[in-house]
Amino acid sequence: MKSGDAFGFSRRGVLVGGSAAGAVLVHAGPVQAAPAKGDVPVTMPVSLEVNGTRHDLQLDTRTTLLDALREHLHLIGTKKGCDHGQCGACTVIVNGERINSCLSLALQHQGDKVTTIEGLGTPDKLHPMQAAFIEHDGFQCGYCTPGQICSAVAVLGEIRRGVPSHVQEDIVAAPAVSNQELRERMSGNICRCGAYSNIMEAMQHVAGESA
Amino acid sequence: MKFETPAGKNPIDQLKVVGRATSRIDGRLKTTGNAPYAYEQHDVAAHQAYGFVVGAAIAKGRITAMDTTLARAAPGVVAVIGTLDHAQPLPKSRFNTAHLFGGPQVEHYHQAIALVVADSFEQARAAAALIRTDYAREPGQFDLAKAAPDAPLVPGSKGKPDVARVGDFDTAFTQAPVQLDRSYTTPDESHAMMEPHATIAAWDGDRLTVWTSNQMIAWGKASLATTLGMPPEKIRLNAPFIGGGFGGKLFIRADVVLAALGAKAAGRPVKLALTRPMMMNNTTHRPATIQRVRLGATRDGKLTAIAHSSASGDLPGGDPEAAVSQTQLLYAAPHRETFMKLAVLDLPEGNAMRAPGEAPGLMVLEMAMDEMAEKLGMDPVEFRILNDTQVDPAKPDRSFSQRHLIECLRTGAEKFGWSKRNPKPAQVREGRWLIGMGVAAGFRNNLLMKSAARIRLERGGRLTVETDMTDIGTGSYTILAQTAAEMMGVPLDAVTVKLGDSDFPASAGSGGQWGGNNSTAGLYAACVKLRAMVAQTLGLSENAHFADGKVIEGEKALPLAQAAREGPLTAEDLIEYGTLDKQYQQSTFASHFVEAAVDAYTGETRIRRMLAVCDAGRILNPKAARSQVIGAMTMGVGAALSEELAVDKRFGYFVNHDLAGYEVAVHADIPHQEVMFLDYPDDKSSPMKAKGVGELGLCGVGAAIANAIYNATGVRVRDYPITLDKHLEHLPVLA
Ligand code: FES
Ligand code: FES
Repeated sequence: MKSGDAFGFSRRGVLVGGSAAGAVLVHAGPVQAAPAKGDVPVTMPVSLEVNGTRHDLQLDTRTTLLDALREHLHLIGTKKGCDHGQCGACTVIVNGERINSCLSLALQHQGDKVTTIEGLGTPDKLHPMQAAFIEHDGFQCGYCTPGQICSAVAVLGEIRRGVPSHVQEDIVAAPAVSNQELRERMSGNICRCGAYSNIMEAMQHVAGESA
Repeated sequence: MKFETPAGKNPIDQLKVVGRATSRIDGRLKTTGNAPYAYEQHDVAAHQAYGFVVGAAIAKGRITAMDTTLARAAPGVVAVIGTLDHAQPLPKSRFNTAHLFGGPQVEHYHQAIALVVADSFEQARAAAALIRTDYAREPGQFDLAKAAPDAPLVPGSKGKPDVARVGDFDTAFTQAPVQLDRSYTTPDESHAMMEPHATIAAWDGDRLTVWTSNQMIAWGKASLATTLGMPPEKIRLNAPFIGGGFGGKLFIRADVVLAALGAKAAGRPVKLALTRPMMMNNTTHRPATIQRVRLGATRDGKLTAIAHSSASGDLPGGDPEAAVSQTQLLYAAPHRETFMKLAVLDLPEGNAMRAPGEAPGLMVLEMAMDEMAEKLGMDPVEFRILNDTQVDPAKPDRSFSQRHLIECLRTGAEKFGWSKRNPKPAQVREGRWLIGMGVAAGFRNNLLMKSAARIRLERGGRLTVETDMTDIGTGSYTILAQTAAEMMGVPLDAVTVKLGDSDFPASAGSGGQWGGNNSTAGLYAACVKLRAMVAQTLGLSENAHFADGKVIEGEKALPLAQAAREGPLTAEDLIEYGTLDKQYQQSTFASHFVEAAVDAYTGETRIRRMLAVCDAGRILNPKAARSQVIGAMTMGVGAALSEELAVDKRFGYFVNHDLAGYEVAVHADIPHQEVMFLDYPDDKSSPMKAKGVGELGLCGVGAAIANAIYNATGVRVRDYPITLDKHLEHLPVLA
């Protein structure tokens, strides 16, 4: 595993030594051969059921589920905050489970049922969670919001189904809709505007009504 | 409209719509995914290609060669632009410190050096990885602690001396019976707004339109014109929705410049976003500081001497983090001294982040105040109250327009249950948890900026507001609608608000917590004009009043819509300010109270309760204003406990440049938060009598957290963020 050590130095180490000596040449770039001009990207067909509608797509194999939604189906409600599974802005519900759509390739979802924020409700017919977010001002810039709402809806479902979390006192008991429980389960959804306290109120509101 | 004398009674004072807790009018769009942000405007320009930006792999030096052959040959590639295509860097606007693109010089890590445009995102990204760049690296200065001692003093602004002095600090400090002299540090911080910097650019002949994410439309348009060397009137900027900015989108960045260049080269519209891992080194950040506070007091707690100094770094030609400004105005003391030092560092550009200056400045000053209160054996709330000032300490005949800091502190103490705090640290236990309470004052100036708006009474009686003002989560859409509804006597839903377009009248924009007060005041001015036009059209005098969709004078009550029977009526005006902000110091104030629990075994901190009491003039929309404050408090939790851009001092870059490594507060970190607003409309700020509130909530909160942790543990950590490794060893031994 320590192949760099076999030569007694690492790439980084060389650079450090170099910089101490003043100007140093550095290369950054590929070592692999170029693809031939005219190569077409490798695409494959995939069928997704998004918000109840079936879509047959021919996609670049590198396309994430997130980009399939945003760039190919123009469902812009699902947001790209990091593209690395670090922020939750891209949260959608796939076959009943919330996932970060930036972390899977669209082709992995052949036949899957995807629910995005657009599938939960519309401006004229809000989902109760969307209405609660508005009432409790559970957002500011709105960029993390679709992900927060998809997560919030899914979290209440997880608690109902008894899916445990690590803040539970007793892991085999039914989880409660407590503030601590909700906060723990929602922590994969970052809101830099800091609407967390209000999001909790919105979720408690919806949980209370559906309880 | 020129605002030169304090506002008298005006239609806003009716408070039928303004001042009421109002849900955001853009809420339905945002919560359903129907609000289009910059990268998402699929339908504004056909046939959009995708751009992918490449960043420099060194912090300082020169690019000696760039081979783009492989990238150009890669599938789907439409255009490649390398920085060496330009002999010189593109001109930069007065707002930018580092160049955004062009030329062989590398000024900071991840500075943009190339753009690949391709038919798809995946193709552009893959091709970008095929660019080979050769660099001649040069040594740089990346270590603030090393550079600070020799850093030059920052010249005083507008001919003021480098060191701002009142009285004779040195003598007073030496003679003070109780003294505190401490040094503190705050780290580099990143805005980390959730929406990455993104732009779609499209050319139509020599005209350019950019759909982008920018807080300041008019600045952005002028800056882009400078950088691209074209007349501003040929540029249109559009940003109806902005996924957070916090100062990081005050100025144009590489995304908009490269999208424009890419669209030109590709001969078709180009969309691009900076990748998350590029944002933290490519764009700006809040610079780290090394601060020193010296306080001298009498034994009964009267401050006699205050000194505050701060050193920070930036690229050549950059600005300091103005961490000492609030210290000139927050507390009374006859002898004072403040100054700043600015070192040249070759890290990415330091620039404004939410409450620049005050955020790190108060994290330090308000920790020092806590330390001094303890030395004096005084309650920290009472110590602050005793040293309140109602005038500018440097100019005692200049008073504050409004200042109710004492009431913030007293109300907060009462509401929070401050009397239950044990003044002796490390005394309160709950099982494994050490419990403490902390307080700090918040302070941030209210800035007056001219701002224009247009309002149109449409046939049928609806109103349309147009201004280039932005809504970065602040709630601009809603307060502008409230203002128009109040002024014209119509319900909120009769108003349509259009924002963020450079074709609209230029507003104050969103920054420095000046957006709310100034943009609504600009609209107020336009509404005054429209009211006159309506009254005249209806044959009424200017005494007519507007209510319930009617224009009423004496016996007459005519429908507002009647005035637009012949066609829409449009009024445009701006608010400009006289010298009321010179005659009076205009500021906003807060008290922050925090209860923290520290795990005695692990040193981990949990925030249990937070309360802010704010004195910020009239609150236009208490619902959105509260959100601004809790959001800022949340950012303050990050600043106090976890946020730090880790500097690689060998290679000169921020190592933890993504959201996994740079830790902002998440749900689990934030308890229920309480906010109270004192009701003191400020007639010297504008006809709206409002002031800024968006940054106030961040000012002081970090120190309140630090002071609560100290009260819990008895361990004083003076280097932010207060991570567990800094106090774990010294925590009290559990019985
Ligand atoms: S975009 Fe998928 S987690 Fe951030
Ligand atoms: S609302 Fe802006 S990030 Fe959550």
